[in-house]
Amino acid sequence: MSFADFTFYIFAITVIIGGLFTVVSRNPVHSVLWLILSFLSSAGLFVLLGAEFVAMLLVIVYVGAVAVLFLFVVMMLDVDFAELKGEMSKYMPLALLIGVVLLMQLGLVFGNWHISDGAEAARAAIVPGDVHNTAALGRLLYDDYILLFQLAGLILLVAMIGAIVLTLRHRTDIKRQNIVAQMMRDPAKAMEVVDVKSGQGL
Amino acid sequence: MTNADFQILLPETILAAFALAALMFGVYTGKDKTAPLLTWATSALFVLLALMIGFNGEGTNAAFGGMFMDDGFSRFAKVVILVSAAAVLLMSESYMAARNLLRFEYPLLIALAAVGMMVMVSAGDLIVLYMGLELQSLALYVVASLRRDSVKSTEAGLKYFVLGALSSGLLLYGASLTYGFAGTTLFSGIIEAATADHTPLGLLFGLVFITAGLAFKVSAAPFHMWTPDVYEGSPTPVTAFFATAPKMAAMGLFARVVHDAFGNITADWGQIVAFLSVASMFLGAIAAIGQRNIKRLMAYSSIAHMGFALMGLASGTEFGVQAMLVYMAIYVTMNVGTFAFIMSMQRDGQVVTDISALNQYSKHEPLKALAVLVLMFSLAGVPPLVGFFGKFFVLKAAVEADMAWLAVAGVIASVIGAFYYLRIVFYMYFGTETEALDKTMAPAQWLFLMGSAAIMVLGVVNLFGIEGPAVAAAAALVH
Repeated sequence: MSFADFTFYIFAITVIIGGLFTVVSRNPVHSVLWLILSFLSSAGLFVLLGAEFVAMLLVIVYVGAVAVLFLFVVMMLDVDFAELKGEMSKYMPLALLIGVVLLMQLGLVFGNWHISDGAEAARAAIVPGDVHNTAALGRLLYDDYILLFQLAGLILLVAMIGAIVLTLRHRTDIKRQNIVAQMMRDPAKAMEVVDVKSGQGL
Repeated sequence: MTNADFQILLPETILAAFALAALMFGVYTGKDKTAPLLTWATSALFVLLALMIGFNGEGTNAAFGGMFMDDGFSRFAKVVILVSAAAVLLMSESYMAARNLLRFEYPLLIALAAVGMMVMVSAGDLIVLYMGLELQSLALYVVASLRRDSVKSTEAGLKYFVLGALSSGLLLYGASLTYGFAGTTLFSGIIEAATADHTPLGLLFGLVFITAGLAFKVSAAPFHMWTPDVYEGSPTPVTAFFATAPKMAAMGLFARVVHDAFGNITADWGQIVAFLSVASMFLGAIAAIGQRNIKRLMAYSSIAHMGFALMGLASGTEFGVQAMLVYMAIYVTMNVGTFAFIMSMQRDGQVVTDISALNQYSKHEPLKALAVLVLMFSLAGVPPLVGFFGKFFVLKAAVEADMAWLAVAGVIASVIGAFYYLRIVFYMYFGTETEALDKTMAPAQWLFLMGSAAIMVLGVVNLFGIEGPAVAAAAALVH
């Protein structure tokens, strides 16, 4: 067994263990931590494949942003996960049955796998030859698929406009900060020096 | 390469750039005070682009390696989409303004939806198809719940969104199966993988799921369940928009997928589309009978009409596509007129949607009642109005493709459906006396109501020449 094989098995087993404990841990915060472990290990698998850009994405986006967001949400939500789990165990037999049926179906599909003639060649053509895979991804995104990239941008813009249209309310009955007015204030207008005589008050 | 590609994509680029610029303009100036101006500007741009596409476009051009097709078919669909979107925007302005709904984002969302629709009918690739569809749908989900203080409008938006996401899921599942078995997302590649003598089973599964997803978007039975609720809950101008441009876009996309990507296995999808067609025609005709709300009624009417348009597609021939295009153009024109009238239905400034409010309408408003009568007869397909010719073309296409049973079913369904159109006419002319509707009607609405009715009568001469472009469009699509 070469060193690469050895690392593959290490990472693969960690991914599976991480995934398993994500599902079975009692404490949701632990679940998220286990999830982060399996994300990191899958990043390792991508490095083994030679796709270091995807590996970095996984670490930066999934571990750095998504998982941390999960952690916040889990900590803020007041959900009694233990009770939810208790409910879950009632449906366990049915879930197991469905799982077994799905597994058998997957087995059947793999038994009858036919791929049309051109498929393999068309898929293989995407692998870049001499360029770095970050450069190859960039070329794909910004050259070949520029139209799709821009359309995706428009879709996100629509989502943003939609969120604002449907939720933003301009209330007129509240005080707002007026920065210009704040800066134009000077001590002469804002303060008054009063000479208070002892025992008199204002 | 990219320069030439964007040249082909010019109308879409202009519209998207306009939407961005107008958004900035609206945000940094008067916000909602600029809404009327932006509404007019957007409609003007729609008309200009329609003219540009209609008169300038020539031949078949592929951009971005075949991902985006500009041909006679896409141009026909784009002109119908842009003109009907402009019409709906113009007639909706007064309605929205009166109900405090005229926000400056409304015309911009419609413009962005139009970009999505234009991309849809030009799609030459599964990913482009999906992107166009989502751009359109997302903008429509938002405008459906534009009246955010109303429970019904919010419900309409939410229902549309959830069911739309489900249908997108079905479509994507089909697209991924298709990609897996064909090895490419380009339609030009899929058509080579899906040949009559050897089609992998996975491709057929992909085809079925894609068809189901698209049937949802055109609201064909049995994927129609969202339509009545969404039509009823949305503000009327938005309903008018739903019933016109997006229908044309989804139907155009449907035709493009089945012919461009699966054109060699006509028999396989022909039976699915024929089933959708029969189910929609009968469901639309029968379920509408019990409806008293005119917006729900129009929803079922649109389901039935989609059934007829799908009949043209089901025949799988070039003439079938031509019949479908003519049918859709006529359907869109009729709906613009009908909704112009529905928007003006109010009593003391309150919106009325119950059809019994139309009782004795002809006594108070003889001219408008006559226009609605013409439109109802045309929707029912009574000769010699233009609506009849639309039905005639699709029936002929079905008969010529040896699908006489489908044509017979269509005739039976249209006879059943005639009942509820004629009931509206009956109420208007022979109904019992009720409180009259307001006489006010915005000039734009009056113009579109009368114009649409006039087209239904005058168009019988030569259908305003839409047959020629429809023939060219069908020839461009079906090889």
